[in-house]
Amino acid sequence: MKNEVLLSVENLEIQYITDDGVVRAVNGISFEIHEGETFGLVGETGAGKTTTALGLMGLLPEPQGEIAAGEIFFQGEDLLHIGKRRMRQIRGKNISMIFQDPMTSLNPVLTVGEQISEVIRLHEKISRIDAEKKAGEMLEVVGITAARTRDYPHQFSGGMKQRVVIAMALACQPKLIIADEPTTALDVTIQAQVLSLMNKLQTEYKTGMMMITHDLGVVAETCDRVAIMYAGKIVELGSLEDIYDHASHPYTKGLFGALPNLTTKVDRLKSIDGLMPDPIDLPGGCPFHPRCPDKMPICEREMPKDIEISKGHHVRCFL
Amino acid sequence: MTNLLEVQNLKKYFSTPQGILHAVDDISFSIEQGRTLGVVGESGCGKSTLGRVIIRLLEPTGGKVVFGGEEITKKTDEKTIRHNMQMIFQDPFASLNPRMTVRETILEPLIIHKICAGNELEDRLERLMNTVGLASRFADSYPHELDGGRRQRIGIARALALNPKFIVCDEPVSALDVSIQAQILNLMQDLQDENGYTYMFITHDLSVVKHISHDVMVMYLGMMVELSETEELFCRTLHPYTKALFTAIPVPDIHCVREKIIIKGEITSPVDPRPGCRFAVRCPYVQEQCQIKTPILEEILPGHFVACHLVREINNISE
Repeated sequence: MKNEVLLSVENLEIQYITDDGVVRAVNGISFEIHEGETFGLVGETGAGKTTTALGLMGLLPEPQGEIAAGEIFFQGEDLLHIGKRRMRQIRGKNISMIFQDPMTSLNPVLTVGEQISEVIRLHEKISRIDAEKKAGEMLEVVGITAARTRDYPHQFSGGMKQRVVIAMALACQPKLIIADEPTTALDVTIQAQVLSLMNKLQTEYKTGMMMITHDLGVVAETCDRVAIMYAGKIVELGSLEDIYDHASHPYTKGLFGALPNLTTKVDRLKSIDGLMPDPIDLPGGCPFHPRCPDKMPICEREMPKDIEISKGHHVRCFL
Repeated sequence: MTNLLEVQNLKKYFSTPQGILHAVDDISFSIEQGRTLGVVGESGCGKSTLGRVIIRLLEPTGGKVVFGGEEITKKTDEKTIRHNMQMIFQDPFASLNPRMTVRETILEPLIIHKICAGNELEDRLERLMNTVGLASRFADSYPHELDGGRRQRIGIARALALNPKFIVCDEPVSALDVSIQAQILNLMQDLQDENGYTYMFITHDLSVVKHISHDVMVMYLGMMVELSETEELFCRTLHPYTKALFTAIPVPDIHCVREKIIIKGEITSPVDPRPGCRFAVRCPYVQEQCQIKTPILEEILPGHFVACHLVREINNISE
C-alpha cells in the first residue's frame, strides 16, 4: 500500500544571480516525499541541499536567489504560483523547518514560550494564554519541563535548544518537516537522544520528513528513502537497501569508500580526488566526471539521463 | 621506542565568578615517537584545553609536561618548543589572521624561523598547498573568501611548514566533507609514515579516531576515564561512559542492529565539582560509593586502564 504523495518536485532549478556570475546551485532535481516517510537528501558542502530546502520553503534570499525552472507541488498545491500570503500560511503550519544551528535559529530576546506561542498564534485563532499553555505542552513532548517556557534560549544547552526548535516545528502539527542537518552541531550522545526523539514523534504525529545531512550514519538510522546530491543534481535515488547495499553511482560508492569504518580495518581510506566543482563554473557533461575513476569520453560531453535500474532505484550515469 | 611526550598529573583550572572551573584534572599519559594518541570526548570534557596546555598555549595550573626528555612546563624559550610542537586548531576561522593572505599565513613560520628564503619559499608554499589540497589560485586569498574546509587546510599547511616532531590536532577534519576528510587523513598518515611525526589527535568522531590512532584515551569532564590500544578499546569498552558513547554513534550500515545505551541528562558543570565520580549522576550503574570516592585510573586488563569503581562487576572481570 503506497502512502499519499505529500511533496512532488520536478526538474527544479535554483540559481543565485551574483556580480561574479550565475551560481547554478540546483540544476534540475526531481523527487517525491510520501506521507509519514523520511526522505534523506545527502551530499557534501556545495551540493545544493540547503538551497533546495530554502527553495521549497520560499525562503530563498531575494533578489539574488530565484527558482529558474521546475515545479513544486505540496498536497496538490502549486507552491510556485500561490503567492506570498498563501505561502506564509503554509510555512510553519503545513511545512515547517528545523535549521542546522539552534544557536542562531532562536531569537535571543524572546522567551522560549513566546517563540513557540508565536508560531501557534500565527496559524490558529487562540488566545495568548491558551497558546502559552500549548507551548508548555509542546515542551513536555520534547522532554523539557513546561515551566521552562519562561526561560530564554541562552539558558539552555545546545541539545535542549534544538529540542525547543523541534517543539516549534511540531507546534502546528505539520504534514512535512524539513530538517537541515538537525544534529550536526550536537554532541554524539545528545544527538542520539534528539534522533530518538525525532523518530518517536514522527511516528506519533505521522509527519513526513526531509532529512538533509552529509552523515550516512544518521541516514541509516532515520531514513526510508535517500537521494544523493552532487553539484546541484541528484545522482542516485532509492530505498535504504538500494543505496547502502547496491550503490551504483561512482560518487555514492566513493562516499562509502571514504568513510572510516567502525567495523573493518583498512590501511588507507579511498578518498575521492579533487573537490566538488564551483557552482559558478560547472564542468560540461556529467558534473562528476573530473573526479570519476570510471570516466568515459561521453561523460565529458553529455549529461547522463536518469535511469531506473530497479524499482524505485534511479541513477544518473552512463555506466 | 622512546616516549616523545610524557604528561604527569597535569591540571588546568580557570577562576570564574561562579567558582573554580576544573577543565583538566590530574591527567597522566605518554606518547611514543611516531605514534598517534587519539583523545575522544564530547564538548566540555577538556580535550582542547589539554592540547593547548601541552604545547603551552595555556599555562598549566599544576603537573608536568616532558618533551624529548626535557621538562618544558617551566621553559621560557618558546621558539624551540614551537619548532618541534605545532597545533592544528579546531576553528579554522578563529585561528587564521583575517588580514593575512594564505601565502603569508603558511610562510610566516618559515620566515620567523629563518628556514629558507626567496624562490625556495615559493616552492615550499606550492608543495604545502598541494599537499593539503588547496588550489594554488588561492595563494593570495584571504580567509574570509574561502569556505571552512579550505580554511582548515590553510591551518594544516601552516602546522606542517616547519616539519615539527609533534602535532596536536584539535578536530582537524570535523569541518571537512567526507571525501576531503579522507584525503586529509590519508595525508596525515603518509606524513607520519615518512617523517615519523607523533600526533595527539583530538576528536569526537570515533570512526576517525579508530582509523588514525594507535592508542585512545577517553575523557569526561576533565578526567581520563579509559585508556588503551585502539583495537583493544573497540573490542572491549569497559567504562560505562565509553560504552554509551560508542553505541550512540550512528553507523552507516543498515544491517547493524545495536542496542543504544541512551544516557539521560546533560553533562554536569565542571565548576567546583563534587567529590566522587563525575559521571555518577548520569551513570546507569551508579552506586553510593560512586558519589563519595573519586575513582582512579587502574590497569584492569593488560595495557587497558579504566577509572571506575564498578568496572569489574559491570564487565564480569575477575580480579
